[in-house]
Amino acid sequence: MASTPVHDPIGSPSADANLEVRTTTCYMCACRCGIRVHLNGGEIRYIDGNPNHPLNKGVICAKGSSGIMKQHSPARLTQPLRRKPGAKRGDGEFEPISWEETFRLLSDRLEHIRKTDPKKFALFTGRDQMQALTGLFARQFGTPNYAAHGGFCSVNMAAGLIYTIGGSFWEFGGPDLDRAKLFVMIGTAEDHHSNPLKIAISKFKRDGGRFISINPVRTGYSAIADEWVPIKPGTDGALMLAIIHELIAMGLYDREFLARYTNAGELVNLDEAHDEFGMFVRSEVPKEEGCFDPQNKLWWDRITNRPVITHAEGADPFLFGEFTMPDGTKVKPSFQLLQERVKDYTPDWASKITGIPAATIHRLAYEMGVTARDQKVELPIAWTDAWGKEHETVTGNPVAFHAMRGLAAHSNGFHTIRALGILMSMLGTIDRPGGFRHKAPFPRPIPPCAKTPNTDRAVKPDSPLDGMPLGWPADPDDLFVDDEGNPVRIDKAFSWEYPLSVHGLMHNVITNAWRGDPYPIDTLLIFMANMGWNSTMNTAEVRNMLNDKNESGEYKIPFLVVCDAFQSEMTAFADLILPDTTYLERYDVMSMLDRPISEFDGPVDSIRVPIFPPKGDCKPFQEVLIELASRLKLPAFSNQDGTRKFRDYPDFIVNYETAPGSGIGFLSGFRGKGGEKSMVGEPNPRQLEMYEANDCVHHYELPLSYQYMRNWNKGYLEWSQRNRITRYADPIQLHIYSEVLQSFRLAAQGKGITRKPPKHLKQRVESFFDPLPFYYEPLETQVTDLHKYPLSAVTQRPMAMYHSWDSQNAWLRQIHAHNYLMVNASTAKAAGIEDGSWMWIESQWGKVRCMCRYSESVEPGTVWTWNAIGKSAGAWNLSPDANESRLGFLLNHVISEELPSKSGGVVSNSDPVTGQAAWFDVRVRIYPAQPEEPQQSWPQFEPVKPMPGTQPRLGKWLQYFAGKKK
Amino acid sequence: MTQLALIIDLNVCVGCHACVTSCKEWNTSGPAGPMSDENPYGADPTGVFFNRVQTYEVGTFPDTCTLHFPKSCLHCEDPPCVPVCPTGASYKRKEDGIVLVDYDKCIGCQYCSWACPYGAREFDEKQKVMKKCTLCVDRIYSETLPERDRKPSCVLACPTGARLFGDVHDPESNVSRAIRDNAGYDLMPEWGTHPANHYLPRRRTTMTIHEDELIRADNPLKIDGKQPKPTTQQPTLDDSTSW
Amino acid sequence: MKPPFSVIFLTTLIGVGQGLFLALYAGQLYSFLDLIPNQDSHDFYAVGSLIVMLFLVGGLIASFFHLGHPERAWRAASQWRTSWLSREVIALPAFMGVVFIYGVCHWFNWHPLVLDLSDTYHVDFTLLLGAVGVLLSFVLFICTGMIYACLRFMQEWHTPLTPLNFILFGGASGFLAASVFSSFSAPELTRFFAGWAITLTILAMLSRSFTLLRNARIRPKSTMSTAIGVKHPHIVQISPGSMGGSFNTRAFFHGMSGRFMRMIKPAFILFSFVLPLILMATGMTSATALITAFIFQYLGLLAERWFFFAEANHPQNLYYKRIA
Ligand SMILES: Nc1nc2c(c(=O)[nH]1)N[C@H]1C(S)=C(S)[C@@H](COP(=O)(O)OP(=O)(O)OC[C@H]3O[C@@H](n4cnc5c(=O)[nH]c(N)nc54)[C@H](O)[C@@H]3O)O[C@H]1N2
Ligand SMILES: Nc1nc2c(c(=O)[nH]1)N[C@H]1C(S)=C(S)[C@@H](COP(=O)(O)OP(=O)(O)OC[C@H]3O[C@@H](n4cnc5c(=O)[nH]c(N)nc54)[C@H](O)[C@@H]3O)O[C@H]1N2
Ligand code: SF4
Ligand code: SF4
Ligand code: SF4
Ligand code: SF4
Ligand code: SF4
Ligand SMILES: [Mo]
Repeated sequence: MASTPVHDPIGSPSADANLEVRTTTCYMCACRCGIRVHLNGGEIRYIDGNPNHPLNKGVICAKGSSGIMKQHSPARLTQPLRRKPGAKRGDGEFEPISWEETFRLLSDRLEHIRKTDPKKFALFTGRDQMQALTGLFARQFGTPNYAAHGGFCSVNMAAGLIYTIGGSFWEFGGPDLDRAKLFVMIGTAEDHHSNPLKIAISKFKRDGGRFISINPVRTGYSAIADEWVPIKPGTDGALMLAIIHELIAMGLYDREFLARYTNAGELVNLDEAHDEFGMFVRSEVPKEEGCFDPQNKLWWDRITNRPVITHAEGADPFLFGEFTMPDGTKVKPSFQLLQERVKDYTPDWASKITGIPAATIHRLAYEMGVTARDQKVELPIAWTDAWGKEHETVTGNPVAFHAMRGLAAHSNGFHTIRALGILMSMLGTIDRPGGFRHKAPFPRPIPPCAKTPNTDRAVKPDSPLDGMPLGWPADPDDLFVDDEGNPVRIDKAFSWEYPLSVHGLMHNVITNAWRGDPYPIDTLLIFMANMGWNSTMNTAEVRNMLNDKNESGEYKIPFLVVCDAFQSEMTAFADLILPDTTYLERYDVMSMLDRPISEFDGPVDSIRVPIFPPKGDCKPFQEVLIELASRLKLPAFSNQDGTRKFRDYPDFIVNYETAPGSGIGFLSGFRGKGGEKSMVGEPNPRQLEMYEANDCVHHYELPLSYQYMRNWNKGYLEWSQRNRITRYADPIQLHIYSEVLQSFRLAAQGKGITRKPPKHLKQRVESFFDPLPFYYEPLETQVTDLHKYPLSAVTQRPMAMYHSWDSQNAWLRQIHAHNYLMVNASTAKAAGIEDGSWMWIESQWGKVRCMCRYSESVEPGTVWTWNAIGKSAGAWNLSPDANESRLGFLLNHVISEELPSKSGGVVSNSDPVTGQAAWFDVRVRIYPAQPEEPQQSWPQFEPVKPMPGTQPRLGKWLQYFAGKKK
Repeated sequence: MTQLALIIDLNVCVGCHACVTSCKEWNTSGPAGPMSDENPYGADPTGVFFNRVQTYEVGTFPDTCTLHFPKSCLHCEDPPCVPVCPTGASYKRKEDGIVLVDYDKCIGCQYCSWACPYGAREFDEKQKVMKKCTLCVDRIYSETLPERDRKPSCVLACPTGARLFGDVHDPESNVSRAIRDNAGYDLMPEWGTHPANHYLPRRRTTMTIHEDELIRADNPLKIDGKQPKPTTQQPTLDDSTSW
Repeated sequence: MKPPFSVIFLTTLIGVGQGLFLALYAGQLYSFLDLIPNQDSHDFYAVGSLIVMLFLVGGLIASFFHLGHPERAWRAASQWRTSWLSREVIALPAFMGVVFIYGVCHWFNWHPLVLDLSDTYHVDFTLLLGAVGVLLSFVLFICTGMIYACLRFMQEWHTPLTPLNFILFGGASGFLAASVFSSFSAPELTRFFAGWAITLTILAMLSRSFTLLRNARIRPKSTMSTAIGVKHPHIVQISPGSMGGSFNTRAFFHGMSGRFMRMIKPAFILFSFVLPLILMATGMTSATALITAFIFQYLGLLAERWFFFAEANHPQNLYYKRIA
């Protein structure tokens, strides 16, 4: 028997002496940690966290450490591929073509579309972080049909909080766990800020902080919580409102903070006959043009007992009461309205809805209120507020919250999150030590200035879109609708159906395009999203739509282009596949124009640099876009004479400016001729080198006096204005009461001077655009027979997997090769399902056969599974009998992208305010599989073949050893 | 005498598996590698890992605690796996107490794995030798690594800092102190193996609120002319005395 | 534990070999003491030793299948100070060597006189050598048994009964083999060997039954609580950290159904003890009966050894109970 020589672990010293170390930025997930790639003989010896990086400070996660296996994945696409003539979409029959042919094909088609009707081209992108470029491309092309994953991800979180506090969780801000004493985490499993959050939580716990997790499931971070509060999915709104009720009833709110820094004391017009009913009354000061919050509202001064302009010297507003203006108008401070709103939202009421004992709700409120009040943090940092008042110190009320998709991914999430924002504001924890902290470029005015065009006439042949494809409506006049009030965008974003859909509704694009509602499109380009599988609801049907033809035998979505780095489920449906590079093979920018990786103490952005040349014939998507843009002669990418402006993407990164001479580019660091400027400055030809020499990151630390209270911090606001982060330096008052919402409601009531909704949507807009948060059952619950489908089904992210894209990773898939449905043991037993046995989970939309695992860490009314572990056979170049497809399952098959609408027809299964996909609203029932059924998950799909250019799948063994054959 | 060890703080471990794959990537290309994987892209993928993170549930709903439990070789002070090895391939280093396998001597009889009560050894089915955590012996003394990096790969990776590394025989070391201060314990003490690795238990922070804290004289409701809701409806003196 | 077939064959085959040698030597000793008729040195002892060697070599070959690196097997002799396996690795060839020389001496009818005890009792070299062989055979039995019995936490194995069983099983099957052998080469000794085989089989049955009873009453010292160090009556594993399995989920679980486990016990008792006893008692002089008895007993022993492994509950299994 032959023997392979092996080595004593302490035998010969490893050849690490000749290692080469390169720094770059990880993209095994969207957290974007700094990494060091250690190479041996040109192969990855190992990847570790970069200790100098502000984000991860040297640590790394399971995915990041498995980057090696991404680089060696047999699912890598390496050549542009075209669907074989005659082959059906989804069959995965492809032939390689050259890039030149690819570009010709694409530019011919796109040129024609652009000349005729630019909106027939739609570009939707997934978990990428280059919206700065993709958005620019779409706008320059002239199509309104562009969005990234935000709509199906967590737009409720973005909109709910940004419309309330001018910033949000997600990638915009977070909990200051360095100073918090009480940390309440709601509906979060893993989140984007993966490593930093883990670092922070553990430090917080070690320092003796108290950690409460509100979640139907106890896993991951919640596992180490001091207290777990199991809640029924979709009911957090009730909980938040009851806590607000209790805080008001007991006087456990920060009155000073509310009065000065929020609109709690501002007087609301209660004259129902008035066109301005429900809006703030204003002083005579004329409203200035612009999108900031003008400082022309009124308080009822406690000292002089009369209306005064807010923040008048020496004044202090009543927060409660009812007053009559000199002109006879009845007014109330908005906080009074809030109190009236929550009057009936008692803990007892919420207890029945949430399943949380009323005593627990009381206690939660008290713990928050008392900790905030009695454990104040005071930092000796002097600062000046926007009204010129000097403060000796910065104080904080150390109650920090964090919330994510557990709140966001429900159709009542927007109001739930507004309620959370109000709760955080009442506790006085916004941008203060120990509470919530913003990250540049936040805070922004409420709402942020970016706007879409508000008419279909903004879409013109052969010209860029007149405005942004995505924006932040401030009132109905900002909606992107035609004169009849019909949507202009294919996803119906910014229409009366989903007015504040600030991230678009990617989850409805395929269905809408297939139906031709509002209109058919020609070319759909999907970048980095697996829409044939896990980022789509109703997956099996959507796959059929992608394949569906009209009477004349043409595909309903005529041309489908997919840019992916791997053989995902989606690629099988493409007419044209653009093989992308991996994160170790390209330049990337974590730009201030998109979502940078800023820290609480100031802006941070970073880059990725190629460690390896592109594999095979693959090409960075950025290069593809720049090439296309140049061929199409899009203005921002072309010189006056129509010649190409940028050599390649690195050239673009360095030299592109948002407007000629603006000094604002993709990167904020090392600007100016010699790299001496930050934020704004002329292009610096050596910018990328300087980034690279600086661990690929640029961290601008704000002066201490600018680091807190940024909504009202004069120094910061002016700094941010000077550095073109914001247009205005006005204070950003927190919106306890939302005038923006009221303006839509007024329009629906036929009042006001703005546009009015079409008749069939009047009632919808009127009821959901409530200026104060309210609780309603998720829309799907409202159309479900709860006796038949009593259980909620949710998913969550496993820490060691990124959506669908890590199943090709030989190491990570060993940790999660397939998934079980986790069911509370008592619930499962009641349904006659044994631990480990096959079972069905069924909603009114579909059903899935899967395996059951008993668990005590889940609320009995909820079942859950890991997200996106189940795969379609053969995808990701896994063998057709791989666990992922045989034993694993995708919950999306039981989730619908549409719901029957009350007014007939269908509406998106989304939040009616923001269009957020309501992933976690689905109601199900469970029952055992019959013994004669196959021991296999269902549905199953025809296995797809490996695509040309992918590496043959390894045989039985993988023995990775970097740099030498061993 | 030195006994190097890992201390796992279950109080902060979130079960992220960073220690699992960082261990694999470091070791597969090092002297302890390769760490073979079987069916990497097929059914029932499986391979050699020196460290695994397991999950347990303690208690029943709603008093449930989910416990993430990383486990690698515990470098027992009295390692039953060592004396049973017929070849001497398994040995415990005198200088630092690390238990290692010399692959060149190992005949792959698997007897040592039977002798480990913790299931900490993994047989490499391709290389046909026994493998296990080396405590990153090739890192911690490596002259080619900067000082900061001379720690086990899993320790450096761990985002929560749940993995401490040091000498448990030195009473002043970080690990000894952590064990003392947090009631650190070892696994299956009943077998007298004296694992060098220790675990720190969950610690819980609670809060007690007294009723007077809810009423308080400085209650902001007073400013707006409102009193806090009385929390007790009990009778007062007025109801029962007569002057 | 997952029963390793190479080890099952190793232990049972050498057990027969060791027992057969004991039987041969018992024959020689008895005839030395004139208690039974003398046998031909070449035809009986040399051929007998050859058969012993066949069993031993068969076991040795089987054992090699257990090794990842058989070419390094020689290294396994180095740790005799601490390792019972190492001791076994020394004892087995030593024993084989003695059996070999013993056989060769008999083959060539070479009986140099060593000692005259009296006129009738002439101690020749083979008698002494045989005694050494007997000693080594017992040493080997003990080494083999102790490989298992020395593992403290394998509570089913950690008992003197383990080596005792090995001795009794080896003895019983060896004497039974001897009776088969003698039914061809020395029919007058068949009863002698069969008698011993019956005695040893009964002893083995008693000892094994006692072990079964003992093991049925074992309360595992390691529990979920001691395994993870959490004191709580309700601890359930959710995930061992690997969905596709690992060495620890494969090598320590027999993977057979409860029904199979319930059947295997009576099966091995029937085959190793009951059937051979009936056959031996009723057909003591019939070669066919004895051969059948031997085959049954050997099959029974294979099942017994399988069960021996499968029954042992390794504490590591606490860490590898459920996947999700
Ligand atoms: N049931 C359920 N469904 C959900 C969710 C849920 O909670 N429950 N969550 C939703 C959410 S929040 C999100 S964000 C979506 C995510 O869903 P998707 O956006 O579909 O994310 P992935 O599955 O990661 O797919 C991204 C695609 O990008 C490809 N890719 C990876 N790296 C690269 C690269 O470098 N270049 C290119 N061009 N492609 C690359 C991958 O191969 C994969 O095909 O899922 C949604 N779906
Ligand atoms: N490792 C890893 N990290 C990732 C990702 C990944 O795929 N893998 N994806 C990234 C992306 S795109 C996103 S959007 C983020 C999402 O990160 P998270 O926001 O953490 O999202 P989920 O994993 O979907 O977890 C949702 C949590 O909400 C709980 N939940 C569901 N419904 C409710 C409810 O009604 N109320 C409450 N209180 N809780 C509820 C679920 O039990 C679950 O714990 O993670 C990012 N980070
Ligand atoms: S958290 Fe994300 S970015 Fe950071 S190391 Fe892990 S995979 Fe990479
Ligand atoms: S890396 Fe740290 S937190 Fe993550 S599983 Fe390992 S020990 Fe736990
Ligand atoms: S944990 Fe197991 S392998 Fe490690 S030293 Fe202890 S007995 Fe040996
Ligand atoms: S498998 Fe190797 S290390 Fe283990 S006992 Fe056998 S020879 Fe020793
Ligand atoms: S100490 Fe090294 S070998 Fe051991 S588990 Fe950690 S990384 Fe792996
Ligand atoms: Mo997401």
